[in-house]
Amino acid sequence: MAEIVTLAEGIAGLVADGDLVALEGFTHLIPVAAGHELIRQGRRDLTLARMTPDIVYDQLIGAGCASGLIFSWGGNPGVGSLHRLRDAVEHGWPQPLRLEEHSHAGMANRYAAGASGLPFAVLRGYTGTDLLRHTSTVATVTCPFTGEELTAVAALNPDVTIIHAQRADRRGAVQLWGITGVQKEALLAARRSLVTVEEIVPELTPRPGAIVLPAWAVTAVAEVPGGARPSYAQDYYERDNDAYRAWDAISRDRETFLDWLSRTVLEPVARS
Amino acid sequence: MTGWTADEMMTVTAARALIGRASCFVGIGLPSTAANLARRTGAPDLALIYESGTIGSRPRTLPLSIGDGELAVTADAVVSVPEIFNYWLQPGRIDLGFLGAAQLDRFGNINTTVVGDYRQPKVRLPGAGGAPEIAASCREVAVVVRHRRRTLVDKVDFVTSVGFGDGPGHRARLGLRGRGPVLVITDLGVLEPDPETCELTLTSVHPGVDPDRVREQTGWPLRIREPLAVTPEPTDHELAALRALTAESVGGTGDV
Repeated sequence: MAEIVTLAEGIAGLVADGDLVALEGFTHLIPVAAGHELIRQGRRDLTLARMTPDIVYDQLIGAGCASGLIFSWGGNPGVGSLHRLRDAVEHGWPQPLRLEEHSHAGMANRYAAGASGLPFAVLRGYTGTDLLRHTSTVATVTCPFTGEELTAVAALNPDVTIIHAQRADRRGAVQLWGITGVQKEALLAARRSLVTVEEIVPELTPRPGAIVLPAWAVTAVAEVPGGARPSYAQDYYERDNDAYRAWDAISRDRETFLDWLSRTVLEPVARS
Repeated sequence: MTGWTADEMMTVTAARALIGRASCFVGIGLPSTAANLARRTGAPDLALIYESGTIGSRPRTLPLSIGDGELAVTADAVVSVPEIFNYWLQPGRIDLGFLGAAQLDRFGNINTTVVGDYRQPKVRLPGAGGAPEIAASCREVAVVVRHRRRTLVDKVDFVTSVGFGDGPGHRARLGLRGRGPVLVITDLGVLEPDPETCELTLTSVHPGVDPDRVREQTGWPLRIREPLAVTPEPTDHELAALRALTAESVGGTGDV
């Protein structure tokens, strides 16, 4: 059964310096509070994996938690660049960042292979692109039945996957719905997992289209209401698009960012 | 109605490209605006597919991101991200892919990765996202970009998504299934690949645009197909629909 923990306990117990960590979420249900806890606990030398690193990854990179990034699209959706990510790549601030770059289809299939216990996944992709020249986790395979040349991508198995969901029950079974992205695959691909949830309820009522992760497939669950803000949790709160727009100016300048970081993240947040 | 902007002209022209199509894989930004305008004008039954896994979205307001809740709650179906790429995009089920670009070259290859050298980039761009497989697997591709010399370049610094590669026959040699970029819509005009050479050629200018200005803003010696067409002006209906759509887009994720 999954252990019910506080967010601070979950991060302290499950994430070590140097780990490969995936905080997954595709615009929806992004585990922002967990990312901030990683910053507060001063994790270093993390390799961060995510299809769509967004502002919480920008914050982790700017705070000096990451030495590597495995990703497919790193931007502030509909707004522009991630300036802390750019500063790390273009100027090595606060430290250099190793990039391992894929397409969305490749990353999604890498997690699916990881969840399936396979060493690689096969897809039609990357052909003719320069991504092939810079990413060692892509290769060509020949179909044993037709002789066709296809693309192989290496499985991705994070040390820890962290996701946010709407609900869990007291035993730690997790339920999420709406845009469910690649969270199920990312969690099942990981050696350890932490799920932050809006609420822990006595019993999960079935919902159309919802994903349920059984308690025995999850390492730990922490109740963190609002833990996905400024992203959103469908049926709980909406995406704070203004916060995403405001991030552009905050993140452009190192001093402004550091000031934001100490005021917003580093000063302990009292949680009810 | 007069007094439309170059961006409005571009968006309206892009929306018209969707008339008669059944399904469109939509990128965020200009393509999303155009695809949503198309549903409100000439293509009411168009199925919008976003890489966040929403199929048949009918957003009441323009989404800021491709994963806004509005796209999910108004969709025919919401599927996982691996499914959207593997079952829906990869087999070539989707009519048109609609992409943007930071750089686009004469053969319609797209760069959204870096400006300059990969290891020491001048500008680090967001990266590939869904674009490489959208460009490879959709039956056809349309690109929407603002027409600037730094964007329409002779050769992209990095091939993120393949257009016609290095020219005729290259897509077939690579085994790419879709036809590739059939239309590039800019704020100055429309470019289409030459049937013989695959090189993007100016086939239409927007009203009031001098072809010489388009040449100046293009990073390769731009060929012009004669007779050069002039894009029809936006109709009152198209403009009103576009302005209503952008006015409503104050953000929000439309939870119900």
